[in-house]
Amino acid sequence: MMSRLSFAATAAVLVLLFGSAALLYPGFFSARVIANLFGDNAALGVAAIGLTFVILAGGIDLSVGAVLAFTSTFVATAIEHHGISPLAAVALALAIGAAFGAGMGALIHRYELPPFLVTLAGMFFARGMAFVMSLESLGIAHPLYRRAAAFGLPLGGRAALTAPALIFLAALIVGAVLLHATRFGRDVYAVGGHAPSARLLGVAVGRVKIAVHALAGACSALAGVVATLRMGSGNPAQGTGFELDAIACVVIGGTLLSGGVGSLPGTLLGVLIFGTIQIALVFDGRLNSWWSRIVIGALLLIFIVVQKLLSRAATRRARATLKETEGE
Amino acid sequence: MRALCTALVLTAAVAACKKPGNEGAGSTGSGSGPAGATPAAKQRTIGFAQVGAESAWRTAETESIRSEAAKRKITLKFSDGQGKQENQITAVRGFIAQGVDAIILAPVVETGWEPVLMEAKQAKIPVVLVDRGIKTSDESLFTTLIASDFIAEGKQAAEWLAKKTGGKAAIVELQGTPGSAPAIDRKKGFEEGLAAHPDMKIIASQSGDFRRSNGKEVMEALLKKHGKEITAVYAHNDDMALGAIQAIEESGAKPGTDVIVVSVDGTKDAFTAMVEGKLNASVECNPLLGPMAFDAAEQAITGQTLPKKTVVQDKLFDTTNAKDAIATRQY
Repeated sequence: MMSRLSFAATAAVLVLLFGSAALLYPGFFSARVIANLFGDNAALGVAAIGLTFVILAGGIDLSVGAVLAFTSTFVATAIEHHGISPLAAVALALAIGAAFGAGMGALIHRYELPPFLVTLAGMFFARGMAFVMSLESLGIAHPLYRRAAAFGLPLGGRAALTAPALIFLAALIVGAVLLHATRFGRDVYAVGGHAPSARLLGVAVGRVKIAVHALAGACSALAGVVATLRMGSGNPAQGTGFELDAIACVVIGGTLLSGGVGSLPGTLLGVLIFGTIQIALVFDGRLNSWWSRIVIGALLLIFIVVQKLLSRAATRRARATLKETEGE
Repeated sequence: MRALCTALVLTAAVAACKKPGNEGAGSTGSGSGPAGATPAAKQRTIGFAQVGAESAWRTAETESIRSEAAKRKITLKFSDGQGKQENQITAVRGFIAQGVDAIILAPVVETGWEPVLMEAKQAKIPVVLVDRGIKTSDESLFTTLIASDFIAEGKQAAEWLAKKTGGKAAIVELQGTPGSAPAIDRKKGFEEGLAAHPDMKIIASQSGDFRRSNGKEVMEALLKKHGKEITAVYAHNDDMALGAIQAIEESGAKPGTDVIVVSVDGTKDAFTAMVEGKLNASVECNPLLGPMAFDAAEQAITGQTLPKKTVVQDKLFDTTNAKDAIATRQY
């Protein structure tokens, strides 16, 4: 009930933002701009998918941006300096990302360490490793990679879905099925809702926690691959503060930071809101682009306050019902 | 008014701000009404994807492009990349989707531009690069690069320092953003300049990211490590040098006499520091590229071919001539 309300609110904000930008700026309401929204925010979107799982399970992952930078640099150096084929490099990068996430998840579960600190350490480690591999942005000249980077699925007009956009959409579908149509997805909600009760219900809490972190690590790595496709290069300096953008998208999308409530379609809306604000400012071309941060900040604040009020109302209702039944 | 209204939801803000035409650039009605409704035509729309506002130099460059656009009655779409390539790419793709006549791009790093510039090329929108080059195997991706010769700047700084110190110095180098063209070339030029002087040694070289705060932090750390051994500082820009000067002062030494400081850019703050005797020299790197950039854009739009590089000439200023030149500094 509550998540449906919050989803509707997010959708309304997106429609309002996009609609008014479309009214204000000629050429804004076009297939190209919409296709660009998916392409330009693909890395953010893919990372936010992984984060949604972690946050739903009651955790957090701060290593997202650093793992993205690490992966993009890893892929670039592997292809350019070590002659590894692009497909193998990407597969290896995803495996490393997943293993890295699983490692963090295992530490969090096994020693009951706070996810905030474990993934903060992971963030420093991954960022450091990125710069150890290369101090500078490194171009990828491999013909296969260049072809993938230049690829566009034409949508008619001048719009095209680029490789990053397609990866984002694919990840979204896989993620949504996993979260909303499998046992694993239900377990994620259960663990985030209340871990002790989940355990009583027979959910392998530890395994779920490790799995969501592994999934988030793999998603961050995939986001890094997306970034290399978009730029044709790997850059160890990119993605600073990226995890916070992704968290903002997830929360604006209606996922509670305390876990248990939220959805992947919501996260998609959060990402699209983020992207719409950014591109509307580019179309405007006169306002300071830092306003995007202020608007995101304001939206974030509004959403968490609204969520709090909604959940408080829900608890009150639940208590009232409980009293009634007890009284009988 | 503007600040207040924008703090509300963006859309309402933009709507409210657009109406007064507050930029006064003569771009009336660019938002309302169908495109091309004005028969006067030929009014250009040009997008400028700037790196950010991390230094006085860059702010001066932005200002130069803004004022030149206003002067030429060009509708300027300005985007601040907040120091991130990701944002700059989004901006350039936004400009393409908007169908601007030309794009001016100040790339934050050298690599990673090919996919997006390919898109601009397919849309037949010329791209003029300013102040930093890109690495690419396909030079048709951009019209021209308008920039200073960073290698020559580094070399000039090294030669001046050699003369000043009699060819003997223990130098700390404060590098710019790793991977950026000025950082790479100013380092390279400086090393080339030092090659003829075996007693001039770089004892430490670290990045201060072109920022004053980082310059200060790095210098503090290096002063702790090397102490009095340091006789000279070479910073890739004035802001880092000014940060380093603060760190040197706080350590109890006198910048400008105990430690010779030389940097690149020639900003007004650097000139003030030179007049005070704290900074010894700065190689000017002219940021007022607006006129040249729009000339190039106009030529590209009208189908003329341009040389791939247009070099901006740079001069060195030191404590001896800073006083006379400070009044002419616009940035």
